[in-house]
Amino acid sequence: MYELRGTTKQYRRGKKTVDALAGIDLTIADGDRLVIQGPTGGGKSTLLQMLGGLDRPTSGSVELDGTDLAGLSESRLTKVRSENIGFVFQSFNLIPTLTAQENVETALVPLKVKARERRERAAAALESVGLAERLGHLPAELSGGQQQRVAIARALVKQPKVLLADEPTGNLDESMRDEIMDVLDTMWKEHGLTFVMVTHDSSIAGKAPRVATLRKGRITVKENVNS
Amino acid sequence: MFFTYLRRELRRRRKAALVVASGLALGIALVIVVSSVSSGMEKAQGKVLQSLYGLGTDMTVTKAAQAQSATGERPRFQFDARGSDSDEEQSSDRVMVQGFQTLASSTVTKVGAQKGVSDAVGGLSLQVVKVSGQFRRGEFQQDQQQGGGNQQGGGPGGGQQSPQGRVEGGGADFDVNSYSVYGTDVTEPDLGPLTSSKITSGRTFKTSETNAKVVVADSSYAKEKKLALGDTVTVKGVKYEVIGIATPDSGDAAANLYIPLKQAQTLSDSKDKVTTIYVKASDSQQIDTVKSTIGKNISGTTVTTSADLADTVSGSLSTASDLASNVGRWLSVAVLVAAFLVAGLLTSSAVSRRVREFGTLKALGWKSGRVTRQVVGEAVVNGLVGGVLGIALGLGGAYAVTAVSPTLQAELGSTGGGLGGPGGGAGPGGGGMGGPARQTASKALDVALTAPVALDTIAIAVGLAVAGGLVAGAFGGWRAARLRPADALRRVE
Ligand SMILES: Nc1ncnc2c1ncn2[C@@H]1O[C@H](COP(=O)(O)OP(=O)(O)OP(=O)(O)O)[C@@H](O)[C@H]1O
Ligand SMILES: [Mg+2]
Repeated sequence: MYELRGTTKQYRRGKKTVDALAGIDLTIADGDRLVIQGPTGGGKSTLLQMLGGLDRPTSGSVELDGTDLAGLSESRLTKVRSENIGFVFQSFNLIPTLTAQENVETALVPLKVKARERRERAAAALESVGLAERLGHLPAELSGGQQQRVAIARALVKQPKVLLADEPTGNLDESMRDEIMDVLDTMWKEHGLTFVMVTHDSSIAGKAPRVATLRKGRITVKENVNS
Repeated sequence: MFFTYLRRELRRRRKAALVVASGLALGIALVIVVSSVSSGMEKAQGKVLQSLYGLGTDMTVTKAAQAQSATGERPRFQFDARGSDSDEEQSSDRVMVQGFQTLASSTVTKVGAQKGVSDAVGGLSLQVVKVSGQFRRGEFQQDQQQGGGNQQGGGPGGGQQSPQGRVEGGGADFDVNSYSVYGTDVTEPDLGPLTSSKITSGRTFKTSETNAKVVVADSSYAKEKKLALGDTVTVKGVKYEVIGIATPDSGDAAANLYIPLKQAQTLSDSKDKVTTIYVKASDSQQIDTVKSTIGKNISGTTVTTSADLADTVSGSLSTASDLASNVGRWLSVAVLVAAFLVAGLLTSSAVSRRVREFGTLKALGWKSGRVTRQVVGEAVVNGLVGGVLGIALGLGGAYAVTAVSPTLQAELGSTGGGLGGPGGGAGPGGGGMGGPARQTASKALDVALTAPVALDTIAIAVGLAVAGGLVAGAFGGWRAARLRPADALRRVE
């Protein structure tokens, strides 16, 4: 469960400071599914970085299950990321020289999982996203949708509490997009994840029960009762 | 995962790895070639010195140089001028002590008794000038009293000339032949110039042949004079039997002929005299101490160590040697530093191109140290590949140098009383004859350059390869350590 109180993030660019987040108050319950939308430069990615412990806020707090990520050391933050948080990126971010299976294994490396178990779990994760036949393929040998499935397998193989996705369908065409959304929704339900997803896609946002909109670093949350 | 990732990176980014590796390879190869060429130079210098000294000689003792007053000892040839109808050949040998400076044989014992001296042996270097030919009396144009002499030759054949007389037709037709003879102490076969030659046929002196009329000839001299075993060589009327042919290990021989010391002393009328004392120190680390001990205790001597002699080596060998030790060393250091820098920058820029990759790994929870280790690991493997390539290249280079064996010339300056080579002083050339015994003050040798690769050179090369990899890894690792996990989200492509 996330609790954000007065979270701000400022970026310094020369003399100017950019308020990427201008005071966010937000609660995300365990197992919640939150879609974040908004215009470009609104601060969506920045918010996701705060949630994922990739960066620390300038002020305010980002509590995950009672621990304020803003106050953690870099190594503690690294540990939180390795255990609790799965990321899916817009441009997949697979290691180009590693096979699909090895890419998934990289998520288990910080957890000190034994090599054999690592391989088995990676294979199982890939099977669950429908890529059982592609274990030994390099990213370049996979389609965009398949690459994103590998990335989803990598995010989930460690069984995190939280899944954060930054425009996971942004680089995919329409048919792929629905396919990936299906996979993500299935995973969310199966694993009981807290799932936060940034998207530009209004058709996805329209179907979501809870949608946050970020504009100039300020957030408004809308509960969609219909869906 | 470390090794899987490492292997995959190196295999799939082979080109980038090869660029870094070949930069390092070049530097390492240069280090190998330069260091083996300079050790080849050292070896060549050692050979030059050895050819003069013989094996195992640490220093020589000669008489301290004095102002030369050679007039009294200038060789004189006396021939009778014959009538114009006479074609009779005459010949005469002059035996001179080389450098005209001798030490008493007792000095050998004295030197041998000095502290730190393991062995000392005396030798007498002689120069023999043989003049042979026909000498005809000149004829006067006008009816004056006879007495014309040869116009050349400075001999006493020319009588007083009457002012009215003019000599015509008188002259001489002769050969001048000069060669060196070394009187060796046959009781001490382990020290002295003959040790740097191998007996390639026949035998060497027996220790009992202290005054035997036997000679060992240098192979090139024997070839020139068509000397074979069993032949006789006549020096100043004394016949010597050739018992052995000696071939120098390198360069020139110390003398053309070797005879027992006593014989040499008799030939040159220098009983109980030697020109050079060859000294072996009991501890090769103590040579300088022994040198000063001898210099202090036995006055009137010059002690020359191989280090002193090495300083007098000049010619292309010395130039090349200086080049190798100065320019070569700096060049290889410069290339090595450049290679390290280039490898570092390339590795660092490779990290920059993989910002998203490393950011992603950090986002997945990889510690900074683990990412850095990966980068350093890749760089070290690149370094090792560079090392292997460099060693191969360097060995190839050194092998090529040895295969080509460029010839270098070494000139040894005269030091003190001359060391085996015709040393020191005014040329005692016979008046007006020009050249028969004109002694050069230096000795020139041709030495083939080799480039032996020492095992520790290879060890150094491996060390450099690892160091190069670590330097490159430090550049890249530093860069990787500073990457923020949030960089994973950056949309750079
Ligand atoms: N590392 C950074 N340094 C400086 N400014 C930054 C940095 N990251 C983001 N910003 C600025 O912060 C603001 C919010 O950026 P952010 O990436 O969160 O927007 P976004 O909503 O994700 O936009 P998009 O839809 O284009 O991805 C922008 O004005 C951006 O320029
Ligand atoms: Mg964004």
